[in-house]
Amino acid sequence: MDILIQNLLNGLQWGSFYALIALGYTLVYGVLLLINFAHGDIFMVGAYIAFFVATALLGFLDFAPWMVLALTVPLTMILTAGVGVTLERIAYRPLRRKGAHRLYVVITALMCGLILENGNLALLGASRKKFPELLDKVIYTFGNVSVTNLKIIVIFAAITVFLLLQFIVTKTKIGMAMRGISYDKFAIPLMGIPIDNVIVFTFVLGSGMAGLAGLLFAMSYPILEPYMGALIGWKAFIAAVVGGIGDIRGAFIGGFLLGFIEVGVVALFPSTFRDLFAFSILLVILWIKPTGLFGVAKTTKI
Amino acid sequence: MKKMIIRSLLALMVLGLALIIVSGCSKEEEKIKIGFNIPLTGDIPKVGEASKNAAEMLLADINEQGGLEVGGKKIPLEFFYEDNESKAESAVNVALKLIEQDGVVAIIGPNSSKQAVPAGGTCNDNRTPMVSPWSTNPDTTKNRPWVFRAAFLDPFQGPVAVNFATKQFKAKTSAVLFDISNDYSKGLAEIFKEVFEKKNGKKSIVAFESHGTKDQDFSAQLTKIINSNPDFIFVPDNYNQVALIVKQARDLGYKGPFMGSDAWGSAELMKLCGDDCKGQFFSTHYAAAGAKGATKEFIDRYEAKYGETPDDVAALTWDATRLVLQAIKDAGSYSSDLKTERKSIRDALSSIKEFAGITGSMKFDSQGDPIKCAVVVRIDENGNFVFAESVCP
Repeated sequence: MDILIQNLLNGLQWGSFYALIALGYTLVYGVLLLINFAHGDIFMVGAYIAFFVATALLGFLDFAPWMVLALTVPLTMILTAGVGVTLERIAYRPLRRKGAHRLYVVITALMCGLILENGNLALLGASRKKFPELLDKVIYTFGNVSVTNLKIIVIFAAITVFLLLQFIVTKTKIGMAMRGISYDKFAIPLMGIPIDNVIVFTFVLGSGMAGLAGLLFAMSYPILEPYMGALIGWKAFIAAVVGGIGDIRGAFIGGFLLGFIEVGVVALFPSTFRDLFAFSILLVILWIKPTGLFGVAKTTKI
Repeated sequence: MKKMIIRSLLALMVLGLALIIVSGCSKEEEKIKIGFNIPLTGDIPKVGEASKNAAEMLLADINEQGGLEVGGKKIPLEFFYEDNESKAESAVNVALKLIEQDGVVAIIGPNSSKQAVPAGGTCNDNRTPMVSPWSTNPDTTKNRPWVFRAAFLDPFQGPVAVNFATKQFKAKTSAVLFDISNDYSKGLAEIFKEVFEKKNGKKSIVAFESHGTKDQDFSAQLTKIINSNPDFIFVPDNYNQVALIVKQARDLGYKGPFMGSDAWGSAELMKLCGDDCKGQFFSTHYAAAGAKGATKEFIDRYEAKYGETPDDVAALTWDATRLVLQAIKDAGSYSSDLKTERKSIRDALSSIKEFAGITGSMKFDSQGDPIKCAVVVRIDENGNFVFAESVCP
């Protein structure tokens, strides 16, 4: 019983990262029908930005760690959002203006991801960075179950972000505009809606969440390397597809589902089977429902 | 406009080609070329950096005196550092490049067994002597007359870890967490399991868990391990993963000790792991704290030059490179023909019976593996690696 609860908690934490990253994939796809393959690397950039912000605040200003954390969260999210918007501006928007086919934009996204990874490698070197401890670690133990305060924060953050995005997309005007663009990219400008601004806002939201995920990831697994975003980004993308890409609930559920399956497989079988089993299960889900759990056959998405 | 761009591009290409041809043809003086197949990027960049630092120091030493004296003539050295990205397939490519393109007479490295085992095959097939400084997996040199090493073997290191842990922790049971895609980690974990079970009976290894190289979350494996309640956890893993594993185990409420292996011994371990690793033990090649003689001299010079204590990889690279230089000297004369020179270096290497390295004196067996002592090191409260015990075969 203890093992079950402990693994549920482990799965919740691990799934939170997938969910947070998958939300970014889903938002951009929902609005632009573009799979932003650079998103995993924006997550990596977010982790590095968090590292530099935190070390700078700790080093120069001599703040207390909790104050640094309070400042690092918004700063990281803003700066990472800046990176996402820059990417949209220099890579995706020119292609969109020229009316390039979606396929070329997806390939461009893949390329941007590689540029971010290798740019980081060239700029900062291969040596790993150790993320400073911003949080006094508290371990709560109930019987054989242990949970740290960080774990609770991560899970809590994922749920909050999901609720917030759900609210923005379904209840606000800009959310309505996002859904409108998804529905018909050509008619929406005629209604007087500034399509570019809405798209930039989408990237701000998606990349900001990736920045938050990067910060939380760096706090949970405090060793940073340039390629850390690649694999987790791919997996989060798959999670978003299984959840039904374009749907926010889908990304959220898909992320946690993948987290649970991965932890569950390792708990029951040798770890070599993890990805084999995890992705076989996801494949079966797609067989049954090719659009993903919450996906709708292509009409409006998001 | 377009035409102009194309033309200027063409002109640039021609210029580039001309440059390559000119630089390729220029007659240079004779040099002894030695290649380094080391991980400068990838999972363990610090290992490559330490290797390169030690090699640079040695290179400067010898070239300052005009070169290596072979048969009364001084020939300067030239070192080629190639990055194998900590990947097995890149290590093979690097070995081929060093052998075919750069024309080196011998190769130092790769360091980790994951790369040294496949690259050893390549060097052996291409008849180029290779000395791995750090690889401890038996397969690296097994049935490969052209491949040597400067480190002890895992079949020796495994029992050292078992004996020490049983004595130190009074352990009856143990758990193992290892990297299944790394030859080194997997090999050592299996040897450890076999020896520990022989000593403490079947089922004394209460959990035998693995993970992949790129993994960052080990909570599921650790939950299983902690629930089986071992006396200590054996982690034969690279330093970057050790930092994550130890921290996550503590987060999950594990309070017992860890025992590590020589892959822990990087100068970067304490930077990444911090307080969580203090007080743990690992087996390794040498202990920097309290060293004497030539070892101390090496450590002091390295510290002065690079501002950090040399880890075992640095010391072993120093020894491995000096072994090759010794072999070149022993051969008596330097031949400019690559094939003959490689052959004579190999023959000289295999006839070295005893060598006084800074990681201890070594005798070589028929496989080209040194027989030397291992040390067990404790990480003290300040993060220094302090000598705890020495075990000789």
